[in-house]
Amino acid sequence: MFKKVTLIILVAATITSSKVIGAESGGMPQLDPEFWISQIFWLVLTFGLLYIILSKFILPGISKNLENRKSQIVENIETADKQRLESEKLNKEYEKVILDSKLKAKTIINNAKKKLINDINKKQELLQNEIDKEIKSAEKEIKILIDESPAKINQIAIDTSSDLLKQLIGAEVNKSNISAIVEDLSRKRNGQVS
Amino acid sequence: MAANPMYQFNVYRIGPEIKIGDVDLSFTNASLFMVISSFVILLIFNLGAKKNRLVPNKIQLLSELSYSFVSKMISDTAGTKAKPYFSFIFSLFMFVLFCNMLGMIPYSFTVTSHIIVTFVLAAFIFVGVTIIGFIKHGFGYLKLFVPSGVPMVLLPLIVIIEIISYLSRPISLSVRLFANMMAGHTMMKVFGGFVVSLGIVGGWLPLGFSVALTGLEILVAFLQAYVFAILTCIYLNDALNLHH
Repeated sequence: MFKKVTLIILVAATITSSKVIGAESGGMPQLDPEFWISQIFWLVLTFGLLYIILSKFILPGISKNLENRKSQIVENIETADKQRLESEKLNKEYEKVILDSKLKAKTIINNAKKKLINDINKKQELLQNEIDKEIKSAEKEIKILIDESPAKINQIAIDTSSDLLKQLIGAEVNKSNISAIVEDLSRKRNGQVS
Repeated sequence: MAANPMYQFNVYRIGPEIKIGDVDLSFTNASLFMVISSFVILLIFNLGAKKNRLVPNKIQLLSELSYSFVSKMISDTAGTKAKPYFSFIFSLFMFVLFCNMLGMIPYSFTVTSHIIVTFVLAAFIFVGVTIIGFIKHGFGYLKLFVPSGVPMVLLPLIVIIEIISYLSRPISLSVRLFANMMAGHTMMKVFGGFVVSLGIVGGWLPLGFSVALTGLEILVAFLQAYVFAILTCIYLNDALNLHH
């Protein structure tokens, strides 16, 4: 399509231009062999030099630059990976340390609690023991007192009754008689009670 | 006089006449633009190759992108065996590209619009590829003309056609580039001439065409350089990896 249009325009252009200007020679300068050899010579010279300089000096430089960049990027990625792994490892370690310390703190607290409870229990026991002892001794005393009391009461009863009799009668009464009566009474009372 | 659309293709002598024996080797405007193209290429790529930064600047990026572009083109079409010819194809692509592009500057000269230039390049490629083919495969390279899986009856005909198509490679390669360049520049000149002759009233339409054509021609300039280089790669591929 493009070529067809081009061709048509080309033909039209050559016709019109040669008609309008009455051109000197409408032919293509490309087909004029006057400077062919010169063009070939200069083409070979310039292109040859271009090729030699590019291939010997410039292209190796560019390829080296590209390779350097590639290797540097690869290296950087590697180091980044390494550092990432390291940091992950450190993070794990850190978490482990935290976990361990938490566990330790827990055990310490538990131990302290146990110790405290033990201490409290022990002290309580000691106190209880002391209290028990004291209660026992108090009970003993009370028992002794209770045991002794009837005899004393009897004695007092005998004394008072003898004194009363002395005052009332004005005569001395045999103490053994009175005690026999008192003992008999107290026995009777005790028997009633028990 | 400049209204002749073919006038822009005239070659004329610059400076003194240089003659060696009977041969005229004078420096012409064509030679000048060859030198300029080569010089610009060397300048750009030298600047691009010298500085080596991790993050490239513009000119370094340009040269490195061109490098990888051509490198990829070669490895895609001709495989890894074509690596030794990288420098040549790179130079060829850049030379044709810069000649085409410099031709887009008004009042400049387009080296590649001359059949003799493109033909010398194409002929050199043709001869070089043929020599490479014979060196790599010996007379086995002639198998290129005998495709496999063709009936015996058709074989003579096919072989003749293959040989003709092979021999016409330099012609098609050179004429493609030359005709594209010449046609484009002629067309631009013609439309430019219309702008002048139609004047301020009717000149706007051809002016618009001229602008559009300039864009198209820049595209064509790149495309033709690319086609030239990639066809070279394909021919090279035939010579290096003989599989028909």
